[in-house]
Amino acid sequence: MKNTLILSSSPHIKSPETIPTIMFQVCLALLPAIFVGIYSFGARAAWIILLAIVSAVAFEAAAQKVMGRPISINDGSACVTGILLALNLPPTVPWWLVIIGSFFAIIIGKQIYGGLGHNPFNPALVGRVVLLISFPAQMTLWAFPSHPLFAHVTDTLSGATPLGWIKTHLMTHATLPTTLPFNMLQAFIGQTGGCIGEISALALLIGAAFLLWKKIIPWIIPVSFIATVFFITGTFWIINPEHYLNPVFHVLSGGLLLGAFFMATDMVTNPVTKVGMLIFGIGCGLLTSVIRLFGGYPEGVSFAILLMNATTPLLDRWTRPRVFGEVPHK
Amino acid sequence: MILHPFPGGIHPNDEKGLTAHLQVEDTPIPERVFLPLSQHIGAPAQPVVKVGDQVRIGDKIAEARGFVSANIHASVTGVVRSIGDYPNVFGRLSPAIEIETTDDSPFQPDKKREDVLSLPPQTLIPFIREAGIVGMGGATFPTHVKLSPPEDKPIQSLIINGVECEPYLTADHRLMLEHPLEILEGIVYIHHILGARFTYLAIEANKPDAIQLMEETVKKEDAKINVISVPKRYPQGAEKQLIKTIIGREVPAGGGLPMDVGAVVQNVGTTFAIYEAIRWGKPLIERILTVTGRGVKSPKNLRVRLGTPVQDILDLCGGWKTEPGKLIMGGPMMGINQFDLRVPVTKGTSGILLLPRDEVGEYHPHTCIRCGRCVTVCPMGLLPNFLGVFSEYARFSDAERYHLLDCIECGSCTYICPAKRPLVQMIRYAKGEVLRRRKKAANK
Ligand code: SF4
Ligand code: SF4
Repeated sequence: MKNTLILSSSPHIKSPETIPTIMFQVCLALLPAIFVGIYSFGARAAWIILLAIVSAVAFEAAAQKVMGRPISINDGSACVTGILLALNLPPTVPWWLVIIGSFFAIIIGKQIYGGLGHNPFNPALVGRVVLLISFPAQMTLWAFPSHPLFAHVTDTLSGATPLGWIKTHLMTHATLPTTLPFNMLQAFIGQTGGCIGEISALALLIGAAFLLWKKIIPWIIPVSFIATVFFITGTFWIINPEHYLNPVFHVLSGGLLLGAFFMATDMVTNPVTKVGMLIFGIGCGLLTSVIRLFGGYPEGVSFAILLMNATTPLLDRWTRPRVFGEVPHK
Repeated sequence: MILHPFPGGIHPNDEKGLTAHLQVEDTPIPERVFLPLSQHIGAPAQPVVKVGDQVRIGDKIAEARGFVSANIHASVTGVVRSIGDYPNVFGRLSPAIEIETTDDSPFQPDKKREDVLSLPPQTLIPFIREAGIVGMGGATFPTHVKLSPPEDKPIQSLIINGVECEPYLTADHRLMLEHPLEILEGIVYIHHILGARFTYLAIEANKPDAIQLMEETVKKEDAKINVISVPKRYPQGAEKQLIKTIIGREVPAGGGLPMDVGAVVQNVGTTFAIYEAIRWGKPLIERILTVTGRGVKSPKNLRVRLGTPVQDILDLCGGWKTEPGKLIMGGPMMGINQFDLRVPVTKGTSGILLLPRDEVGEYHPHTCIRCGRCVTVCPMGLLPNFLGVFSEYARFSDAERYHLLDCIECGSCTYICPAKRPLVQMIRYAKGEVLRRRKKAANK
């Protein structure tokens, strides 16, 4: 028994939460989406997810080694980035694309800035957007969920996500068809085309509920993000339902839930103040809606979040909370 | 009553179960006591005894120097053995008077003062000043100063603080359970002095027995005191946060005082001392403290003579039960870590906490991951993450613009930070640096 006393200044107790426990719980919360992805797209999805995790962690370790920094892959953040990247890829991507995505996510998106905490942009989204711009063909080749439950679904949708289908349809038609080739229930449980992790709103909501319950993520950002998209797309839909999609589809598909609950909430890249978070969420929703309704891409969650990431330092500066006892300046 | 919650706050385990049920015990008279001349905020007291002098328990041995200062009294009967440097709670040496006990006779109170409430209010303050009473919740600000607000700051609200929001500590809780009448009487005296319109006794909701007992006592005595159960949240007992909760007004940022919003806050321990001083003429020579933590063999609530070395108390409680980790004077959130067991109990010592080695984590601070948790919990509405970074890079003027000096050093930010950044520690450093520079600039 050592008889020495330890010295340090107060406080002498600390909450049990650490960076690894946060990252672990985020991974846990992503499990339902991972499960649905693998169930729907088969072993190929599992392979992509695994490859993304391993390559992300490997790139992190390699970068830290080269730069002479302590290796911190145990903190779990590279693992989270790998999973998020994979969940944001179509199940058809070739393996080398996954590696390129990981490289950009970890090296360009994170390590060159100085590692976890210093990166201004969400690393997984950096990886995804680089791929989206550089390899548009591979990144929009969709497969349809192939498990037996979906045998009855018509072929019209195969090879497209709901939002992509709408965009393409509107290029050649003036109005939407009276019956869509997908319904709300399908979009909710995950019977539509899309990225590995985005198809099932249900799975994402289960994970999100867990993170909110554990207070890992603040509710302000996802709620304001989703509400803004719902409100804007809903307004257009009410004005002209022949041309615009029902807002419920906008919320359930196109990676909005994945983005709002798991990427916009990336703590490193969003504001630390409550008001800042609110503006951030609304901004994400606004940009997503504008891109979806008027832009060239069928969905816009990734771009919207990245753009808002860039505003984070300003939002933090402009939305300093009122100091206790501070009289508002006249 | 409608409460006005303060922003932020944290919910650590309160750990009060270790001692909340234990009756306060008297400690045996120590063989010698060491009474630091500075047990309060303000100028150190001036010794009025010499080495070799005989002193009786309760004798004044050092006198307040100036208005913001406090008298010191002999806590035992004995002989002054030395006046010189002795280890203090802050880990430094400071002047103290050593008394060797020769006789264990207890303090003999004067005749009971019966006519207190018929005396003019102002005449009560000298009793308090004479008794050397200071804020016993830990702030140690001289009480007679706090009870003498300037004419232009009338006091509307008197708030008695029985919140005891620091985890582990149960001294105030026990005091309320064992001396409800005396506390009530003390409150009445303070009220007489200040003439406040409203009087509140705030107790944290995790002490339902104390709330009930105090409510009953107030009713029985027909006193005009509102006993208020405040939600359990740290730092609910911090002065500014408590005032906000009870009366809904915020002490102005940038150096405001409670009296700026017409409030005075007194801790229940202080209130008890005021009762003893006025009613019995008893100076502040002892206090109740909690010896606790999973590191100590038998946790206790104790009545301890001021100046008793920590070692004596540790021996009385059976010493360490586990491998020693930290020994803290005060609570785990704001208490001060000790390495020298000769350190004496002083007027501000609310507890002695022994944390076993395995409860003392070793932390390697990570870069801020900007999670915003520190911002959410800061009860002062500050941005501890930025203050920490500014301190780290010696950007003191930026830190000042971000209200560095309004930090109350409650430690909530450090507690919550998942990156284990020593935020309040960095903030304290920056505060010291800013104040030092200001002083230097003023002297030029
Ligand atoms: S120590 Fe200061 S900065 Fe940290 S939470 Fe308390 S008041 Fe806020
Ligand atoms: S709690 Fe720690 S990691 Fe989170 S924002 Fe504050 S300083 Fe940064």
